Amino acid sequence: MDSPREEAAAWSEEAARRVWAGAVPLQVHLHDADVTALPPPPPFLILGPRIGYLPLLIPVIKAHFSNALPPGVDTVWFEYKGLPLKWYVPIGVLFDLLCADPERPWNLIVHFRGYPSDILSPCEGEDSVKWSYMNSLKEATFIITGNSKSVMNMSQADQVALWESVMKGNLDGYKNISTRLKLGPFEEDGLARTPSGERQHHQGSDEPESPGSGKACRVPVRLYVRSVQEDLEDIEDALSVSDWESVSYINRPFEIRKVEGGSYITLEHALQTLLPEFFSPKPMGRTKNSGHVEALDSAPDDSDTTNSSKSSQEAEPAPASLREADGAKRAKVKLVRVQGIELDMDIPFLWVANNLKHPEYYLHVCVYVGTRKQ
Amino acid sequence: MGGSPVWDGTLSLDGFNASAAALVKRWKEIEVDDSLPDWTWKPCSKTGAPSEEEGYLALEGVCRSCGGSQIEEMENLDVAETVGDDAWVESSSGNVHVYDYHVVYSFSYKVPMLYFRGYYTSGQLLTLDEVKEGLPSDSLKVLTESKWTFITQEEHPHLSKPWFTLHPCATSDWMKLLLEEIKAADKEQSLQYLPAWLSVVGQAVGLKIPLGLHCNS
Repeated sequence: MDSPREEAAAWSEEAARRVWAGAVPLQVHLHDADVTALPPPPPFLILGPRIGYLPLLIPVIKAHFSNALPPGVDTVWFEYKGLPLKWYVPIGVLFDLLCADPERPWNLIVHFRGYPSDILSPCEGEDSVKWSYMNSLKEATFIITGNSKSVMNMSQADQVALWESVMKGNLDGYKNISTRLKLGPFEEDGLARTPSGERQHHQGSDEPESPGSGKACRVPVRLYVRSVQEDLEDIEDALSVSDWESVSYINRPFEIRKVEGGSYITLEHALQTLLPEFFSPKPMGRTKNSGHVEALDSAPDDSDTTNSSKSSQEAEPAPASLREADGAKRAKVKLVRVQGIELDMDIPFLWVANNLKHPEYYLHVCVYVGTRKQ
Repeated sequence: MGGSPVWDGTLSLDGFNASAAALVKRWKEIEVDDSLPDWTWKPCSKTGAPSEEEGYLALEGVCRSCGGSQIEEMENLDVAETVGDDAWVESSSGNVHVYDYHVVYSFSYKVPMLYFRGYYTSGQLLTLDEVKEGLPSDSLKVLTESKWTFITQEEHPHLSKPWFTLHPCATSDWMKLLLEEIKAADKEQSLQYLPAWLSVVGQAVGLKIPLGLHCNS
């Protein structure tokens, strides 16, 4: 018989397999201006791995269009409905964020000329993607352990092998190396119940953590917040994203500061902490002029975290905006998507982080919020 | 930082904000080279929800000749405002680069990060090769040795456009060495953080920071 722990591990294994196997069917069209052949070449169909990056597909795409391309130096970039796509954002995240109604195949336009260098940082193909990946991994490692040493100290051979496994979608190869980085999983047990043992001795002190001590836990999260019409009834009617300014990118760890008496942290709680301005006002005791006195005592589960994070404001980035009870402007969360899944907001946040993370240890979350037009 | 026995070289968001405010104030009090404008605090907002606490420091419109030095012989001229002046631009636009520097708090590394961009007086942005012309030789050397881990172009966290940035992953380590001695007073330490940090990263990108910034007032 499997113990609950083994069973959970088996489920995590299964989740990782599915995340790594996830792919978006792409139909890639060559941009009109780059076509030098008649008739123009047919579009190219290819599966884009959700955890992969667009520039990694360039070699095969280029081979397909090679006869139709103008001579000269290529600077390849992709576009969806007029929006140049950020090459350093995983394909699955771009799809979840930009296709409100999942379009299959996803119709993209590839350009071989006219790189929009005012919008996109330069990309030199696989090398750029590799370093972007390694830098993100380093950042996530710093968030989790308080330093980047485990990545910095990796041998050159291991770095190459790790990157190749990510690039090729080879989960087993990836796990062989990544487990040595000792970056998790985040344990609900240690945080929520403190059964016995090593974490116990931290309980007396209420001072800020020493990094990696296990008392405070920081989870690498990248949020992409897209505004849609407030009165939107069907998410598929959302106006397409015309520029990146209308997407807020928030690269900020979720910080769990304290033992939270027995209950786990939900996805909703985590998002509320990271994006207080996008959730309906939930009274939190610390607002003097909240105007909703009757509700002040109705959020017992929040009071713990609120008090404990008072000493350091990091977990509550923008309390000022909560104070403004400007209901007119307040945005409402309409949809939360991770790895193509619309998640239940009551799901344990650490389960999401452990099982739906990307290979650079970041959890990428797409959030659609309804905002009133100015 | 707080009361933990060994300070790890990082800065809290509150510490960053306090240190930034102190730096803006101090900069106005000390004698600053004419070529340097004032630092300003730019509050930022997420999708129309302004935040009082979040923002970044900006030093914009720093003119530098191509040789890398800040333009110093411009008496009686507020250089930052003269950029648009036709006669002046005509005579020297060929070898003048204008730089904007932003200091943004990194929640991941809990340290400040420098973002910068350069452009011609016409507004056209400088490429990495053109920016290199303005870098001190030490930085050029490092850049050649570690192309991907020193200065790269990345998305500006608040403007979502590509800016040059210095990689922050070792910042807390050298800040620890720099500031360990004044550990006695934590508050003092966080106020000293940005001037000390700026003296190092400024040097890396060829931005001269006046000495007066470091002296205690």
